[in-house]
Order: sequence, then C-alpha cells, then structure tokens
Amino acid sequence: MSSLRRFSLRPPFPLSKPTWPGGVDRPPLDRKTGMNFDTDWSRRFPARVARAALVDDVFAPIIKVMASPRVSGLDRLASLPDDEPVIFAANHHSHFDTTILLTAVPERFRHKLVVAAASDYFFDNRVKGAVWALAIGAFPIERTKVSRRSADQAAELLDDGWSLIIFPEGGRSPHGWGQPFRAGAAYLAIRCHRAVVPVHLEGTRRVMRKGARLPTPSTVHVTFGRPMRADDGEDARVFAARIEREVAALADEQATDWWSARRRAAAGTTPPLTGPEAGAWRRTWSLGEGRRRRHGPRWPA
Amino acid sequence: MPRPGFVLEVDRSTPPTLFQHGDGFRLEKLPVGARVIYPAEPLEAIADPDDAIRDALLNPLGDSQPLPTLLRAGMKLTIAFDDVSLPLPPMRRPDVRQRVIESVLDMAADAGVDDVVLIAALALHRRMTEVELRQAVGDRVYDAFEPHGLLWQHDAEDPDGMVHLGVTDQGEDVEINKRAATSDLLIYVNINLVAMDGGHKSVATGLASYRSLRHHHNVATMQQSRSFMDQHRSELHSSNWRMGRLIAASGVKVFQIESTLNNDTFPPAFDFLQKREWEWSLRDRAAFTAASKALDRTPPRIARQIFQSQRAPYGVTSVQAGEVEAVHEQTTANVYRQQLVSVEGQTDVLTMGLPYICPYNVNSIMNPILVMCLGLGYFFNLYRGKPLVRPGGVLVMSHPTPWEFHPVHHPSYIDFFEQVLAETTDPVEIEAKYEESFATDPWYVHLYRTTNAYHGVHPFYMWYWGAHALQHLGGVIVVGGDTRAVRRLGFKPASTLRDALEMAEDVVGRDPSVTHLHTPPILLADVT
Repeated sequence: MSSLRRFSLRPPFPLSKPTWPGGVDRPPLDRKTGMNFDTDWSRRFPARVARAALVDDVFAPIIKVMASPRVSGLDRLASLPDDEPVIFAANHHSHFDTTILLTAVPERFRHKLVVAAASDYFFDNRVKGAVWALAIGAFPIERTKVSRRSADQAAELLDDGWSLIIFPEGGRSPHGWGQPFRAGAAYLAIRCHRAVVPVHLEGTRRVMRKGARLPTPSTVHVTFGRPMRADDGEDARVFAARIEREVAALADEQATDWWSARRRAAAGTTPPLTGPEAGAWRRTWSLGEGRRRRHGPRWPA
Repeated sequence: MPRPGFVLEVDRSTPPTLFQHGDGFRLEKLPVGARVIYPAEPLEAIADPDDAIRDALLNPLGDSQPLPTLLRAGMKLTIAFDDVSLPLPPMRRPDVRQRVIESVLDMAADAGVDDVVLIAALALHRRMTEVELRQAVGDRVYDAFEPHGLLWQHDAEDPDGMVHLGVTDQGEDVEINKRAATSDLLIYVNINLVAMDGGHKSVATGLASYRSLRHHHNVATMQQSRSFMDQHRSELHSSNWRMGRLIAASGVKVFQIESTLNNDTFPPAFDFLQKREWEWSLRDRAAFTAASKALDRTPPRIARQIFQSQRAPYGVTSVQAGEVEAVHEQTTANVYRQQLVSVEGQTDVLTMGLPYICPYNVNSIMNPILVMCLGLGYFFNLYRGKPLVRPGGVLVMSHPTPWEFHPVHHPSYIDFFEQVLAETTDPVEIEAKYEESFATDPWYVHLYRTTNAYHGVHPFYMWYWGAHALQHLGGVIVVGGDTRAVRRLGFKPASTLRDALEMAEDVVGRDPSVTHLHTPPILLADVT
C-alpha cells in the first residue's frame, strides 16, 4: 500500500487538499469548482462531436484491449421508445466502469448520454472538471448528502432528452463487494417518469480496482436488465431496493444462468451484491481474489 | 458566529486526524466508524476587556458591595492571583491578571489604601521567576511592588506565615496564608480556563498548606470526583466549598474576580492545530508540513523552547466579580458556553494526543509523571455526566514520554519515579506508604521554599489526579513513548496507533468503538 501511495498521482494529505468527511456540511463555495462547475458547454454540438470521436475512436479500442467486454441483455432495451431517455444504474467497482458502459450502451443512447460524477472528486479543480466533462459527459452531483440542486440538474437533463449513467452505490467499492444502493436514481426516475435500466458490470475490479495504479487486462461482462419503472405511489427508497435486487439478479445470471437466477430471484434467495453476512476476513476470502500483485522491485532485486 | 463543537463520525472521506504528540504532531488515520470530538470555535472576545473589568468591579454579584466602597484608607489589602499554571499556554501580553490587578490598584489608589501586598497563590507549586511574574502581573505592577518586598509568593511551609482557621464538619483542617487571612479585604484574581478552576478553590487551595491540602488532594477524593470538572459530582469541589465557607465564617472577607477566556489557543504559526483537518488551507498544510518536518530534525531541547515560547492569543469572554459562590456560578456557565460538546454514549477505546504543556511544566520538561497526569488526570476528566470511555475500556495516549526530568523544578519527581513507581503504581498503596515521607522531607521543603522546585509531595498529587481513571480503565496504551518510561508508569507502549488499537482489542474485544478527543483547544464532553 505504501508503495502504491508513493507512486500515486495524488500525494497524501497534507501535501494534497483534504477530502471532506461525509457527515460534515460544506460551506457554500464561491469558486467555480465542485457543484458550481459549469458543464453546459460540454453538451453543445462541438463538444458532443469531440466526445463521440473520443468514445468511438479512442475509448472503444482501449476498452476492447483492456477489458474485452462481453455484452448481453441489449435485447431487453428493444421495447424502449427511440426518443425516450433512460437512466442506466450500474454497480461500481472501477474507474473503467464508466468508459465500458459508454461504449457498451446502444448507439441511440450513447451520443446523448451524461454521467453523474461526484462533485468532490471529479470537479475539485477546473482542469480536471473540464477533462471529465468533455471526455465522458460528466456533470457534478453531490454524493455525500441529499442535494436539491443535484436532483434539479439531473432532472433537467433527463427532461431535455439526455440519458443518464448513475452509480447508485455513490462510489467505487473499497473491498470488492457491492455497497447499498442510494435512492438518487430511483428518485429521478419517479420524478421524471423515466425508466431505469439496471446494469451489472462483472470483472472491472480485476481490470483496475480502487487504489490500483495501473490497469490489468481482463475480461469484463456487461449485463443489461429489463427496464424498470416505479409503481404508482412507490417510494424512492423502495424502488432503489428493487433496482438493487435486479442488479443482484443480473449478477447471479452472469455467474450461473438466466433460469437459475430467475428462480432464485422469485424465491428471494438471490445472493446480495453486498456479499455474505460474515466477518471481514471471510467476506474477503469469499471474493476469491487471491493476493494483490506487488508493484515495484522485490528484494533482493 | 463561531461554530459549536461537534462529533464527527469518521468515514472513508475523512482526512487523517491530527494528534498532538508532545513537541510534535502526528496525522493518524482513524478507523471508519470512529468518532472524533471537535471543540467549538473560539467565542467572540470582549472588545474592551478593561471596560468589562471595571464594570464587573462596580457591579459585583451576590451580596458584595462595589469594590470602591470596600476600599478605604488605612485598610490592609491583599491581592492574590493565580500562578504560572494558568492559563495554558501563557497568554499574549497583557495577561488578564495584569488588567484586573491594575484596575483594582487604580481603585485602591483612589481610596488611599497604602498597605497592599500581592501574593502569587502557588499552593505547593514552584516559585515563579521574575519573567513569569512580569508576564502575569505586568511590568508596571511588578516594578511598583517587587522592589519594596510587596510582591510575595505564597510559602506553604513558612511556620510564621500560615494561620489555622479551624476544622470543617468533615474534619478538614483549614490553614491558609496568614497575610491573606488577616487582611481587611482579600481580593482573588482568577483565570478560569476549565470548570474546575476558581470559586472557593482559589483561596482554599491556592493559599493553603500541605496540612490543609491533604484533605482533598488524596486518592479517595479523586476517585469520588466524577469528574472534577462537574461541580455537582466532584468531591474535590465539595471539600473546597466546605473549606471556603469556613474561611468566610472565620471573618476573612474575600472579593473574588474571575475571568473566562475563549479557546483561541495557538498563535498564527500554529493555528492549524485548532482547525478541522478538512478545512486546512494551502497555508495550513504548508505550515503543518514545515513545522512537523522541522521539529523532526530539531533537538528536543530546542523544540521545547520553541513551544514554550508560544503565547496564546486568548480573548477575554467574561469577567465576574463579587461574592465567591455567585461569581463562580456565572463563571462556570461562561466556561461551559465555550467548552461543552454533547456526546452520545461511551466508547470502548478513547484516543487522545497529548500536547507539550500541562499546568506543571510551564517553561519546563513534561516528564513521564506529568504525561500520566495530563492524560489520565486532566484529559480523561474532561467530561460531565459519564466518562467518555466505558468502565474497563482502554485509553490510548500519544506522547513521546521521555525519561527526562527538570532537575530544578521537579526534584522529588525524580525520586518518585525512580523509587516509588519502581515498587508500585497503585495510588492507594503509594499514598499509604510513601506520601508522608516525601511531604515532610526537609530537603524537598528547603528546595520548595528557596528555589523554583515543586513541593516534595507534588508528584503524589499528580499520581492521585489519575486515580479515578486508573480505577475506571481496563488498560492504558501510550503511542510513540519511551518504552522504559511507559512501562515504569504501568502502561503499555505501542509504536503506532494501529498497533495500539489492536492491543486494545485484547482488553475490550473485537471491533471496539473508538472515540478521539481532538484537544487542545480544550473541550468538555457532556456525555449522555
């Protein structure tokens, strides 16, 4: 870990800026970073053309080499009207998740797609924010608290016909198991009367887990689920839990087969994304990932 | 509007937490789910303290008359004041004691009072140096009184300078400074840094003798004071109150002047120490990095001098004057206004970073006994209601704990550490077997009276100060301390906080709850 830290692009605190604890309210920022970062320009025509070229001609070949994505379940999206924007809600293990999803979603969504990105991470300085806004169509959202402003901006984009990629876990998994889904995606779907497409990404942690310095080529499976809509009067948290269960079922489907997964889903015995209820070491053990690769010279050289 | 103190729950985004570590600092990553108790921001200081002091003297609390009406020509006036142990760190000049004493003397001069003596209320603390006295009372007062022999330092071992006023209904001897007791008016000038200070304790402790002090500076009293920051549950407080009332009943007229300070503790070069880590600016981070790197390469003696030369930019938040109990009630409320932080529930493991200073090593060395006293005596007792750590829990302190003593200031500490702690660390046994011999040792008495040495019994009191914590805790671990010194104290040494937390699990069980006391600046946890 120390060697990773030494070569990390971001030096440790106090050499770099501190991150904010989740439980603490930030004072309103006057600066043009974070939630105040303006991304309107990135959805105008020149930026969209540049992004389309980046995604199709740069990201896609890289993803093909690094992740060899195996995409399944696209047929489930066929029932969606061509002009209806949707919300793609996926589990989150790696920085590669976004680019893999960008290249995996059907073309009719791909070039009018924005990505909800943590304002405190992707938009903490203007250069970084501009790069992410241009490259993946990122726009800032508040992930550490419920924010009316985040919700308003995302809803506005959906109403304008933009589809949205959102990772309801709020951040990459630190340990390999999923984290509980937050209600943001479900809330937006209810508020804007849009469908949520559950997506399961398997194997992106092998490519580049949180904290890793360099990616490792590996095969990734992307499984799209059936579009989901909130029931009448359904609460956002209940809908979020339903989305989480559906992503878990897709994970089960990828690990076994569609029928076995469906039967377990019907019986309510789908293995949860969050992993088994067990002690820390057993949870890690059951991931079956083995030892981390060491970086840097071994001793003796 | 200053923000109140609060409890942070550590999550993955929480930056490393600052631990003070003697003459240095550590940044520690606390486990996710741990709590950090942050003090409130400094309250706004009174814009014109001199005006506030004058106002307090003219409008006293309780049944006291305004000070000018208590002063008359031909009277015998004594002004006692808190010694070098307050405030911590020493405050930037002018010290609030100087402001108060000058205001009092202005009124005394107007009334034509000639017989005025100032007394530093040392109790059994060391005598102050000229520099320290000048810091406390100011150059004008020092130069006006000291050359004429009118600036005294309380001598608790002077057989002719003490007077026995009687015995309380609990059998406690009350013996205080004779000059103070026989004055027409005794004015006590106090600084209330924490809730324990002030009230009847000022006179009953500050001007008392060993004969009197031993009735409340003992193991039983400390163990029954839960905590001594909470007047309603402090036996130390009760004992001082009994003595104070007896002093009043004996005819000693006390006019108490108490002042409270905000917690603006560190000068600009070190003000990152009182900021929340995630709010550190580029300047704060640069200051921290520069300071910690420089201190790592600085010889301990020089580092100590750098820290001891710091002066706190404290602001005065209130001044109260008049009858002791009425004054103290309002003073305590003002202390609480700055320091109280609500905390829900106790913790399995309490962590704290101990700073370079405690009340007994101003311009001196923080020896291992004082480390114990600061951690287990003062910081552990910074609670109201329940201790922050549960019974049987573990206290983790971060401090270098050098095996080092100031030979002039702490001579009896050296013998206490070498002889007594080598035998036992049990406060009850120590009190029974060794206290008397140290307290009455003629050499220690001589050093106390003639040099700048603490009294022979003082290290015992330091040990008793931690008696409640020792009784309450299941273990104490010192991070980054001198291994031999830590073991001599009866504690366990650990190299890193992570090691300490793992060691703590042996006592409190797996996955313990952890709480960090982010102080100084001082806070008082109101634990429910």
